[in-house]
Amino acid sequence: MQIAWIWGLAGGLLIGLAATLYLLVNGRIMGASGIVGGLIDGSARSVAPERLAFLAGLIAVPGTFVAINGGASTQITENLGMVILAGLLVGVGTRLANGCTSGHGVCGISRLSPRGLIATFLYIFAGAVAVVALRLIVGAG
Amino acid sequence: MRNVTAFIAGGLFGIGLLMSGMTDTGKVIGWLDFFGNWDPTLAFVIGGAIVPMFFAWRFAARRQVPTLGGVFPTAPEPRLDPALIVGSLMFGAGWGLVGLCPGPALASITWGGLSGAVFLGAMALGMLSTPHIRRGLGDRLSATSSPT
Repeated sequence: MQIAWIWGLAGGLLIGLAATLYLLVNGRIMGASGIVGGLIDGSARSVAPERLAFLAGLIAVPGTFVAINGGASTQITENLGMVILAGLLVGVGTRLANGCTSGHGVCGISRLSPRGLIATFLYIFAGAVAVVALRLIVGAG
Repeated sequence: MRNVTAFIAGGLFGIGLLMSGMTDTGKVIGWLDFFGNWDPTLAFVIGGAIVPMFFAWRFAARRQVPTLGGVFPTAPEPRLDPALIVGSLMFGAGWGLVGLCPGPALASITWGGLSGAVFLGAMALGMLSTPHIRRGLGDRLSATSSPT
């Protein structure tokens, strides 16, 4: 077993514990796109403080950790046209589907939700196709 | 109190994303690269996250009321609508193009540089336009309003 897999498993358990806390204590589904999307389109005005507190933790805690310890690597492309296209697809797609990796993937599958399972299969499938298509177009790798 | 526990949950989520490699776009693309040099790490991440939540849902079913009051979210009707299918395919395509999904995009905003910020801006614009897109398409994309 490679060390990256163990970090993945440990990080995954933390993600699951965060979702457990948010569900059992606050009574909410920890879905990133739903939490931020409801704030952006104004549909979550009544629960805005709780959602803003969640987002503050999500940004400030890893941000502070990285600022002190370093070690975060990002390999995101500098092709801003691609970044904008991807951002629009992720924004519209997650809101149409009512969930992303955390909502459908973590909270949905663990509830054995058919919608969560189907959504997760479809976005992983589309993601794999995008990776292959991009490689064919760019001709790299 | 709700805000304190929400902050803690957000912080744990963020550290989990960072530790697991989900904020590293190269690792995410490596996982989606099933036909190339496949990196299985993300399967461990998703598996690790599902385990505690599987028990959390069972616990919630018996407890009926969250610790801080309110009600547990009801399960959506197990209905397959076009919005779920089209939306998931669009989301996946965007995820595969740059390797970011909404949670890690937010968690890495302080070190994601210009591309990270532009991604979040475009994602926010997409989210802002979705209610209009839904209205424009009308019944063709009829979907439930609850998450998952």
